[in-house]
Amino acid sequence: MDNRQNRLEALLWSGFGLLVLGYALIPVLWILSLSLKWPADLNDRRLIPARISFDNYRAVFEDAQFPAALWNSFGIALLATGLSILLAMFAAYAIVRLRFAGKKLVLAGVLAISMFPPVSIIGPLFNLWRGIGLYDTWAGLIIPYMTFTLPLAIWTLSAFFREIPWDLDKAARVDGATPFQAFFHVIAPLAAPGVFTAAILVFIFAWNDFLFATSLTSTNDARTVPAAIAFFTGSSQFEQPTGSIAAASVVVTVPIIVIVLLFQRRIVAGLTAGAVKG
Amino acid sequence: MKARGNAERRLAWLLCAPAVTAMLLVTAYPILYAFWLSLFRYDLRFPQHRQFVGLDNYVSVLSSEIWWKSVVNTLIITAGSVAVELVLGMLLALLMFRATLGRRTIRTVILIPYGMITVVSALAWKFAFDPTTGFVNALLNLDNAWLTERWSAFFVIIFTEIWKTTPFMALLLLAGLTLIPRDLISAARVDGASAWQRFVHVTLPLMKPTIMVALLFRTLDAFRIFDTVYVQTRGAGNTETVSLVGYNVLIARLNLGLGSAVSVLIFIGVLIIALLFLKGFGTPLTRQQGE
Repeated sequence: MDNRQNRLEALLWSGFGLLVLGYALIPVLWILSLSLKWPADLNDRRLIPARISFDNYRAVFEDAQFPAALWNSFGIALLATGLSILLAMFAAYAIVRLRFAGKKLVLAGVLAISMFPPVSIIGPLFNLWRGIGLYDTWAGLIIPYMTFTLPLAIWTLSAFFREIPWDLDKAARVDGATPFQAFFHVIAPLAAPGVFTAAILVFIFAWNDFLFATSLTSTNDARTVPAAIAFFTGSSQFEQPTGSIAAASVVVTVPIIVIVLLFQRRIVAGLTAGAVKG
Repeated sequence: MKARGNAERRLAWLLCAPAVTAMLLVTAYPILYAFWLSLFRYDLRFPQHRQFVGLDNYVSVLSSEIWWKSVVNTLIITAGSVAVELVLGMLLALLMFRATLGRRTIRTVILIPYGMITVVSALAWKFAFDPTTGFVNALLNLDNAWLTERWSAFFVIIFTEIWKTTPFMALLLLAGLTLIPRDLISAARVDGASAWQRFVHVTLPLMKPTIMVALLFRTLDAFRIFDTVYVQTRGAGNTETVSLVGYNVLIARLNLGLGSAVSVLIFIGVLIIALLFLKGFGTPLTRQQGE
């Protein structure tokens, strides 16, 4: 009796697992399938390709546009992540460890920025960036990415910093360490996992952005992958770029899948730390 | 003691200064600048005609059909996606909470939609629903041109949004579920409450703060929707959203004055939504976040 119930339960949970697996993976398998189809089979409306070809991948990497966009995306997202995390670390440390007037103000500001609609400032930024030469440059995208990820980074880091034992910090101060030393030698190593988690979330945000990327860039100099894919054209005007778009999509989805597989636990902890526990 | 307090305050401000400066420079300053620009007739294609016009741009926007249509469209997409996400997310969260098998695998794959680039997921579903390329029509034995008709296009857009963001919702709600003391649930069970009663009378009230936070952020996100609509329809067939209108006027038509008025109005819209939600919270959100 008990055994049978257990077996039934296991069956139900496996069914649920498969359902979720299908939910998450179908679009991924679908673009993978599109990217591997022969051009002639593109319109066969089949989920699984009948014949496999890697021509689409060769095409996107031989084109000048996509490799440049990939390089821009990695560079811009990594630099924005680094800067955002650095600034957020300082702020989160102050918010968690120090008492000061205006803390509420800082927190309210952080909250406000997290709700801020990016579309409201693309016009002014477009105009300003053209004026000071930041239009279509890496810095022109790094600056808004850094800013818009600061709330996420500050929240996540504050939530993690709060878990660090106070006494170690105090002990270091008693032993004669300055607040700065206490930060770099005692807190920083303990905070590393939280910092890493925040960095992953910030990277995903910057890697994903489309609005700033289309508004503030125009050429291969700074155009990132989402913008490049959206504006893909075939190698000739008669050719449907669907296959190339699919191949490019697969290439940029692979890093995300790798990150998710490697750091699942951290991402979940980070996503929920800021919003629920904090 | 006083000196130490002073030093502490100075250090705190020193540490916060870079982040605060960056945030002010990239959001507060541009939004003020947007407001300033919105008071001018200012088209970048004819910069010499720049002229102070007061609130004329707002009058033009608020009396234009395009703007109000886009507001309605945005609200349709927001309401449609957030409502389904909440129900589906809650269901998923409850199941993940109970799951005895494959917990890790489920939590891992569920992050793929969250991490996937929005443009890519929008394209994947666009191709899937495409009448010549896609598998959806073949699967359902239909012959629909999904993205050319208004309501079916909304369906695809909302479907894509739901697919992409339900996992985030589910994970937030799951975190809220784990915070509920187990004793309360088992006490209710001892008292003879059914599973549904336990959910409605114990779980839901205790999860209200989590649900509100999740709803607020998803509503604001949905209201700002741009990527999916841009990729799937570009606003064709009366599916344009407010962000798309703002983008088109500003970046495609280079009309900075009119576009800035749209920007400011979107900002006000977000402000209204946020204030409505904050009123709905029992305690101020800042305090929850801060302490």
